[in-house]
Amino acid sequence: MEHTIDRRDFLKLAGLGGVVFASGLAGWASAGTPEKDFYFVQLSDAHWGFEGPPNPDARGTLPKAVAAVNQLEPPPDFIVFTGDLTHTTDDPAERRKRLGEFKGIIDGLKVKDLHFMPGEHDASLDHGAAFQEFFGDTHYSFDHKGVHFIVLDNVSDPAGRIGDAQLAWLASDLGKTAANLPIVVFTHRPLFDLYPQWDWATRDGAAAVDLLMPRANVTVFYGHIHQENHHMTGHIAHHAARSLIYPLPAPGSQQKRTPLPWDAAHPYRGLGFREVAAQQAGQAFELQEFPVQRGAS
Amino acid sequence: MKTCLQRRLFVLGTAAATLSMLVPASARREQERLVQVRARRFTFEPDEIRLARGMPVTFEFTSLDVPMGFNLPDFGVRSDILPGMVTRLRLTPDRAGQFPFHCDIFCGSGHETMSGMIVVT
Repeated sequence: MEHTIDRRDFLKLAGLGGVVFASGLAGWASAGTPEKDFYFVQLSDAHWGFEGPPNPDARGTLPKAVAAVNQLEPPPDFIVFTGDLTHTTDDPAERRKRLGEFKGIIDGLKVKDLHFMPGEHDASLDHGAAFQEFFGDTHYSFDHKGVHFIVLDNVSDPAGRIGDAQLAWLASDLGKTAANLPIVVFTHRPLFDLYPQWDWATRDGAAAVDLLMPRANVTVFYGHIHQENHHMTGHIAHHAARSLIYPLPAPGSQQKRTPLPWDAAHPYRGLGFREVAAQQAGQAFELQEFPVQRGAS
Repeated sequence: MKTCLQRRLFVLGTAAATLSMLVPASARREQERLVQVRARRFTFEPDEIRLARGMPVTFEFTSLDVPMGFNLPDFGVRSDILPGMVTRLRLTPDRAGQFPFHCDIFCGSGHETMSGMIVVT
């Protein structure tokens, strides 16, 4: 989808704009063959099946997000879900029920080019078996308008590891990708040690970062921590997304990693989704954060 | 004569060195603590462990149900905790404070609350 107007201006005009946070974090490279700009939407951590005081509208929040994404005009090229589609359950039948219900709700999205990966809530208790029944592979790659996208699974191993086999696949995938192609990685847990005290890390994430480091333009989008976070490892930018169920506290800001309480005066505060505009064939990305419904921050 | 003196000095020196190595090691053994930690979904027992700074401790972990992990990021150490066997981890805390530990192997619906605290004084 070619954008002929600045999306930030467009969104302000449309009354949909959230907080404009950042742009160009991956750095600008010299212009090559011009590719059409495009954008995609990142949704994360819906935790379908969760019930509790941190979100009294747990069953209504995901449908609201679907409705909000459906209002985006022009629509995104594709939508990615960066894990924890469902809230964990010890019952395999209930896990499949939740995955099925989630799939039924997001079937309402107008955009049909969807990409999925599991979070530990979806996959860590059965090594991703139920997730794969509904959504297919847990790691893969694809190309879109001059950008190479890689989905990494760091949750199907309950120890939070990518694992040697997948790292070998990553090395092979990168080896087959043109050296000048921008790389975007989608994953669930942070690939760096954001706050290991709360398990906000990937045990062998540094090995993946080492494989990615020789590439000039790499950007990582992830979930897991239920809040925006922006971090650099060398020239690699890592961006965490908000969740669609409850926000979590800033890393280390309190003793326990417990959800922030629901604010009845500002419902859905801290929840939302992200739009990522790829400019100049993925040489730069502009991020824009959206609430799940208008008026929420 | 000179050779004999050198031999005696060598023997004395070796004995002294051996003693100097043995005494601290012996003292360390006397001071070393053993802390047994039992894990079950979704708790550690005990979940608060008090240690003395500079005193070595050996943890002995057992799981009463499923595989779990003990992770103490502030000291950069971890251990698997497996059902039916004992795993050990040795640590000498070199600083005082409160240091959280947690289970780092996803073990079920209460996994995210499975944590504890080491207090070093």
